[in-house]
Amino acid sequence: MIAKHIKKVSPSGIREFFDLVLGMPEVISLGVGEPDFITPWRIREKAITALEEGLTSYTSNSGLLSLRQGISEFLNSKYSLNYKPENEILITTGVSEGLDLALRAIVEPKDVVLVISPHYVAYPALAQIAGAKVQYLITDEKSDFKIDLKQLKNALSVKPKAIILNNPSNPTGVHYSGSELAKIWRLIALSGALVISDEVYDELTYDFKHVPFTALDKKAKRKTILLNGFSKGYAMTGFRVGYVCADKEIISAMTKIHSFSMMCVPIVSQVAAIEALRAQREVADMRSQYKRRRDFVVKELNRLGFYTPKPQGAFYCFPSLKKFHVNCLDFAKKLLFQEKVAVVPGKAFGDEFDTHIRISYANTLDNLKEAIIRIERFIKALK
Amino acid sequence: MDDILEILESNARISFEDLKKLTGKSIKEIEKAVKSYEKKGIIVKYKAIINKTKLKNEQNVVALIEVRIAPQKDVGFDLIAERIYRFPEVKNCYLLSGTYDLLLEVSGKDIQTVAGFVSEKLAPLSSVKATATHFMLKKYKEDGIILTKKDKNQRLPITY
Ligand SMILES: Cc1ncc(COP(=O)(O)O)c(C=O)c1O
Repeated sequence: MIAKHIKKVSPSGIREFFDLVLGMPEVISLGVGEPDFITPWRIREKAITALEEGLTSYTSNSGLLSLRQGISEFLNSKYSLNYKPENEILITTGVSEGLDLALRAIVEPKDVVLVISPHYVAYPALAQIAGAKVQYLITDEKSDFKIDLKQLKNALSVKPKAIILNNPSNPTGVHYSGSELAKIWRLIALSGALVISDEVYDELTYDFKHVPFTALDKKAKRKTILLNGFSKGYAMTGFRVGYVCADKEIISAMTKIHSFSMMCVPIVSQVAAIEALRAQREVADMRSQYKRRRDFVVKELNRLGFYTPKPQGAFYCFPSLKKFHVNCLDFAKKLLFQEKVAVVPGKAFGDEFDTHIRISYANTLDNLKEAIIRIERFIKALK
Repeated sequence: MDDILEILESNARISFEDLKKLTGKSIKEIEKAVKSYEKKGIIVKYKAIINKTKLKNEQNVVALIEVRIAPQKDVGFDLIAERIYRFPEVKNCYLLSGTYDLLLEVSGKDIQTVAGFVSEKLAPLSSVKATATHFMLKKYKEDGIILTKKDKNQRLPITY
């Protein structure tokens, strides 16, 4: 009954573990992929007002022009990027939809899509659903999970149609500087591949200024589909608003699919997103809290013997379990049962990461402190 | 504001050990900084915020009192304010711009006690021209903390 290429998309091997966590009360969870903050009040209030005013209709397929204008101006003032609101920006139902549309718009059967591992779970799945063959470029802790240029050159020799980059990254928290990106781009530019750059965590960077991939040079801008949204930096996951910036030909193809499958993003969410662009003080406040949590968690994990490269963005770190001689699923299950602390097994982000876990520090400092105490007790009992 | 102050402002009971983990500073440095903040009066006091409406047997009435002051020759606001804020019933005292001069927060075990303070201690002062007493009916938010209603957070405990 089910199409073969859909059947082939492997259901996540750790689904079962997720069910265990969901069924257990009073867990301290370091497994959450969204902010612990509630959406800032001024944004929520705008959404309430929108409903009071009777804003309940469809919008144009591309999204409210005022939101696209807002995004265009915001990207211009923040990154000196120039995207025309009329035909180079599309409002999507989160970055999730933007990613799906981007892949469906450019992939033909048998095209190769290059995914950097460890990867956000949706990348290979959506690429396969779009009909692509997925090839992985595996990074490891020796390079603190950054792309090795030699390896990249090799991987590009198969002429992939596109490469998906995630900066800052889920699950590693890796954040590339402008000069690192320039080196990566030099190789990609030679190969002719398109870039899908998922920068949904760009507001959450802690050590240096973020450089969007499309700010590298004119050609990078033409060849890159920039994905971003309001879920993470603005704590608006439930609103489901993202946006795509790209060349007008690509935006037009993506809008075509979007106009049939989604019509438009809910209008209340779009209105809230316009307000979000003005909530920079609130965003900065959340950022400084994440930074403090990062400094605490990463230092503590390293002290306990988990090799954990210092993440420079997002709200994750990706500690190694090598010192403890256990695989990620056993570790996660035992930690859950014995100490009621949930983490995500590394395998969720690529088969190679059986000796890693992902820890999210989108949690209160009190919870993080208690979690560290429990993890310390747990590993002492392990030995 | 310094890291240490920011953390202490939201949790005065945090240990120096935890402060060390959070700020990356040594315990010595933290001790020194906290001592100096205390000495300079930057950290004034460590206290708990108590939601008294939840204490069944505790009777407590709070009033905000606007005070208009009669300007007097050679006597500044500070001196007059001092006469007033010295009363132990006065919990908070502010000098304001606008239609009145001082705003006091006064508490007592019942309305009579607070009314007695106004009629017997405050109003008779020669520098006090007029007062307006507002009894507090309900506290919604105090020191940045919402007392009556919590935000619900429906996050799933595990997501990608
Ligand atoms: C790297 C990455 N991309 C995209 C998404 C999806 O975000 P959105 O809520 O905008 O669909 C997530 C959410 O976890 C993510 O981590």
